[in-house]
Amino acid sequence: MSEGLVWLGTPAFPQAAKKALADTQLRRNLGKATGTIRDKRLRVCAELDDWEQLRDSAAALKLRTLRHLPRYLEQLEASVTAAGGTVHWAADAAEANRIVAELVKATGEREVVKVKSMATQEIGLNEALAAEGITAHETDLAELIVQLADDRPSHILVPAIHRNRAEIREIFRSRMPDAPADLTDEPRALAEAARLHLREKFLRAKVAVSGANFAVAETGTVLVVESEGNGRMCLTLPDTLITVMGIEKVVPTFADLEVFLQLLPRSATGERMNPYTSAWTGVHAADGPSTFHLVLLDNGRTATLTDQVGRQALGCIRCSACLNVCPVYERVGGHAYGSVYPGPIGAILTPQLAGVGHAASLPFASTLCGACYDACPVKINIPEVLVHLRAKEVDAKRGRRTPTVESLLMRAATEVLASPERLRLAQKAGALGGRLVGRGGRIGPLPGPFHAWSDTRDLPVPPAESFRAWWQRTHPEENDR
Amino acid sequence: MRVALFITCFNDTLFPETGKAVVRLLERLGHQVDFPLGQTCCGQPQFNTGYRPEARPLVRRFAEAFAGYDAVVTPSGSCAAMVREHHPLLAADDPGLRRAVAQVAPKVHELSEFLVDVLGVTDVGAYYPHRVTYHPTCHSLRMLRVGERPLRLLRAVKGIELVELPAAEECCGFGGTFAVKNPDVSAAMLADKMRHVLDSRAEVLTAGDNSCLLHIGGGLGRLRTGVRTVHLAEILAATEGEAR
Repeated sequence: MSEGLVWLGTPAFPQAAKKALADTQLRRNLGKATGTIRDKRLRVCAELDDWEQLRDSAAALKLRTLRHLPRYLEQLEASVTAAGGTVHWAADAAEANRIVAELVKATGEREVVKVKSMATQEIGLNEALAAEGITAHETDLAELIVQLADDRPSHILVPAIHRNRAEIREIFRSRMPDAPADLTDEPRALAEAARLHLREKFLRAKVAVSGANFAVAETGTVLVVESEGNGRMCLTLPDTLITVMGIEKVVPTFADLEVFLQLLPRSATGERMNPYTSAWTGVHAADGPSTFHLVLLDNGRTATLTDQVGRQALGCIRCSACLNVCPVYERVGGHAYGSVYPGPIGAILTPQLAGVGHAASLPFASTLCGACYDACPVKINIPEVLVHLRAKEVDAKRGRRTPTVESLLMRAATEVLASPERLRLAQKAGALGGRLVGRGGRIGPLPGPFHAWSDTRDLPVPPAESFRAWWQRTHPEENDR
Repeated sequence: MRVALFITCFNDTLFPETGKAVVRLLERLGHQVDFPLGQTCCGQPQFNTGYRPEARPLVRRFAEAFAGYDAVVTPSGSCAAMVREHHPLLAADDPGLRRAVAQVAPKVHELSEFLVDVLGVTDVGAYYPHRVTYHPTCHSLRMLRVGERPLRLLRAVKGIELVELPAAEECCGFGGTFAVKNPDVSAAMLADKMRHVLDSRAEVLTAGDNSCLLHIGGGLGRLRTGVRTVHLAEILAATEGEAR
């Protein structure tokens, strides 16, 4: 099932990355932004003496919840219903979009204000609503920039990370009808223009659509964590609130939030506490929306849950710490990943949500340097899952009639390496071949499949005598072993 | 103590001087070492690229070649990590192999771990009169957690001028087959790593893994920067008598 996930995998990562690398402005914007967040995160995480214990607690909580997910979801449904909300179950993107569109149409409204949400991006909700004649207004500043520019988010937390303020000024001037004519690229001026533009939407909207950072099974409480206050506006002013939430976002008890609300802001933006944490439980007379709908989205999550190694990806709390420390992400940005979930977490989440065979290049878009695993507040072992998914990709291709060149090379390597004698012969052949093409002890640019490597790097000429041969020559008494 | 050398297929074939340096160093410290000729490769390229069935015969070969030793020492952080972290996983479905791996894998040490933790030395009596910077390779840093061990060894080297490498903990972009599958990203990461090496003003870049050094050294060589890459073992093995 690949229809569930929007904008998937064209072209494959290496080609998309090549294009992104050529954009020097993009690389400068990304390097500056990720570097700043990275340093800030390290500083504030080091302030907590029990940071490592918090990470362990979070990982344990997530894994336990995932193991008993059906039970907690049923409990959540009961709590939300008891508190006056309505719960809807959506198996995939199409079903979730249909549910939301019908709920909006039932109110008679033609526009909605939106709180930044990864789940609704994952299912392409804005596009689906537009097809039904409903306009969705993003109210998060960065999401607004992306929406106005007809662009795609490039980061989970900082969707417009790939834009600098000069570019943002141009986007506002050309796409925002009420932007002042003399708008400068001062952050304050840009924020003020966006505030005025959005204020009018908040006051008019009767329906809001949000995602959820967490939902508490025990109480039916849903939480959104944000920085700008736009979310708070959407969650309190309109009459109807529709929340779309991935089923993995449930936590068992209210007390569990203690762990996550310490980990999330520090990991995400390097802040001790996020400015706005909004929590609501069903509906209350004369306070906030009078109608509340919770759409529980599967869209590949149940399938992911069946994979005992891969399921840990569902523990993700969308903090983006892995993006900000990833050397690959830092150089190519989010668009190259071809999914709303970019970076290391995207490389393991997207192929699983979409199913084997889709986004096949993503598990290979990593050097396995491990920086993401060290940064992850819920200790998702991203390198472990990457290698696990690589094995699944390779195994899925084994049945083919014509084997891949790579599989032939790997098999040949094992054949050689399975026997010390064959390795010795290969070393002799390699040393001879190397001396034929080498110059001054180095091998320069090569043709064919090796050119990508040898374009930027010299290779050493294999020495005439391997270590093995040297040892046998100098330690003849031990050669019989 | 029966100490075996695991020289790794990569060092064996392309960087025999590193293996010879390990032999010289350990013999100088009074230890007799053995090179089991049955060894070939730890299977890391196959495993990391997703070819698990292809890696398994190499796991078996490794466990057989190194059975019966008290310690195994290797001049490669990533191969030590492969054996300690991933051989048990690859052997999980085969009870016999699982037992053999459980015997051998915990005894495998990367060189700086072996010197500091097993032999208890930090001053190995080396002399190396050059300006050196150290790149902590990802697997040494984040899988083995070798931490300060290589730096403690380097600081004790006579004549050395150790200089800091900016953004040292950032990956060089090699990543085994990553450099082949994603050549452009790999080259971009390499370019930044080279810039940091040049900023450090070192004459020599050292690390505990020749694969990363091959990558960075290949780039530095292509640009004719004059900066050399030398494995940690070769610096620690160097003595005053040698002209290098």
